[in-house]
Amino acid sequence: MSLWEYANPQKFMRTSGALLPFVWIATAACLGVGLVWGFFLTPEAENFGSTVKIIYLHVPAAMMAINAWVMMLVTSLIWLIRRHHVSALASRAAAPIGLTMTVIALVTGAIWGEPMWGTYWAWDPRLTSFLILFLFYLGYIALWEAIENPDAAADLTSVLCIVGSVFALLSRYAVNFWNQGLHQGATLSLDKEENIANVYWLPLLICLAGFVLLFVALVLVRTRTEIRARRIKALVTRERMA
Amino acid sequence: MIPDLGKYAGAVLSSYAISVVLLAGLIALSLWRGARVRRQLDEMESRRKTDG
Amino acid sequence: MIALLTRDLALAIRAGGGFGLGLAFFLIVVVLVPFGVGPESAILSAIAPGILWVGALLACLLSLDRIFALDFEDGSLDLLATAPIPLEGVVAMKAAAHWVTTGLPLTLAAPGLGLLLNLDPAAYGWLVLSLGLGTPALSMIGTFGAALTVGLKRGGLLLSLLVLPLYVPTLIFGAETVGRGAAGLATATPVLMLAGITLAALALLPFAAAAAIRINLR
Repeated sequence: MSLWEYANPQKFMRTSGALLPFVWIATAACLGVGLVWGFFLTPEAENFGSTVKIIYLHVPAAMMAINAWVMMLVTSLIWLIRRHHVSALASRAAAPIGLTMTVIALVTGAIWGEPMWGTYWAWDPRLTSFLILFLFYLGYIALWEAIENPDAAADLTSVLCIVGSVFALLSRYAVNFWNQGLHQGATLSLDKEENIANVYWLPLLICLAGFVLLFVALVLVRTRTEIRARRIKALVTRERMA
Repeated sequence: MIPDLGKYAGAVLSSYAISVVLLAGLIALSLWRGARVRRQLDEMESRRKTDG
Repeated sequence: MIALLTRDLALAIRAGGGFGLGLAFFLIVVVLVPFGVGPESAILSAIAPGILWVGALLACLLSLDRIFALDFEDGSLDLLATAPIPLEGVVAMKAAAHWVTTGLPLTLAAPGLGLLLNLDPAAYGWLVLSLGLGTPALSMIGTFGAALTVGLKRGGLLLSLLVLPLYVPTLIFGAETVGRGAAGLATATPVLMLAGITLAALALLPFAAAAAIRINLR
């Protein structure tokens, strides 16, 4: 029994199929509770007013935007090293989700920025890094779409993902150097003491869990779709050959 | 029903609306494509069985 | 490898446009900017470092898709891949040829165009230095992008989409060097970072690019 068993598409399909309903239920529960709690039941913050409620979307989306890329990097490496097709397809499945999360983080950030900083957009390091991340997602998805041969596409996008990760990190520091920002520091850290007050902390935690679960559910669904699409492609080719 | 959001109501509501629309769109798209591909595959599999 | 370099250079020169097009494009970008932002020399001299760097970057981008395309079409890329010299070396030579035909002329032409944009006199040295240090990285990164898209029919636009985000750190440090030089500030940090990026790109990207070509030729 090991993780690598799931490299077998059939095994993956069976397990993920059985798992999916539970993930969806947990997602709905967490997101429902977290967002409703955050939206309806939290007080206004002293200097943020009611805009503090945006945090329940902004922070989880931003976190998942980065984590999705990290997941793509890991699955790309697994594909390049161990040649498990499920891994490459999961990487492909995650990209549009990461893209959407990036857009949500950017849009909610812009809407939040307008009343707080007086501007929708500032060339602040964090904002700029996210814009660059957005471009990386676009390039990655475009490369997947452009290449016909599925194995070559998986290989090339994996190489791009690895090189892109290095450059994304580099851009993060370059941008930091380039402009000091408006954005406040990290909202969350392991040391809970220096975080935001408890009233906001708990619903935020639930929202974070909800976004993670949503990401897992969507990756599973999309990976299953990709596996099926691959199978269709194989069957079509076989029919043509026959 | 909706809590008093003060002068930032527009900002809060629009960010929730946009996020929900984007997420719902992503989920719907994923499920819809999933269902379509599954139907297509089922059809092909059954055809293969009847043929062969 | 030297033979390969001279061959590529000879091809670029004989095909014409190798040197010319990039330079002409650079010139046009720089000439167009004042039409867009107005002729006040104070504004122009403030944005000159950025314009010159962005212009050079776009001019570099123009000729990227030709790095491998011709060799791929006539099959000489397959020959090169099976040749006794390592593919990584081939890729590095391709990048070098691209740099000699675009990066180097751009670097040399930049001061003249800086004149048009009313660039601060103190910045000319930094402009040449930063472009000289930075354009090899642009060529190498671009070669990697070209290697990724070599088999694609409509690769040109995709190539830009892939390569431009990778250019961000180089652009930031390059333009920052010139901007700080113009303002009379210390430039050691961006210059060193720029050199670091270039060296790292030259050391690592040939492997990634060669891997991409092997995948594309498979």
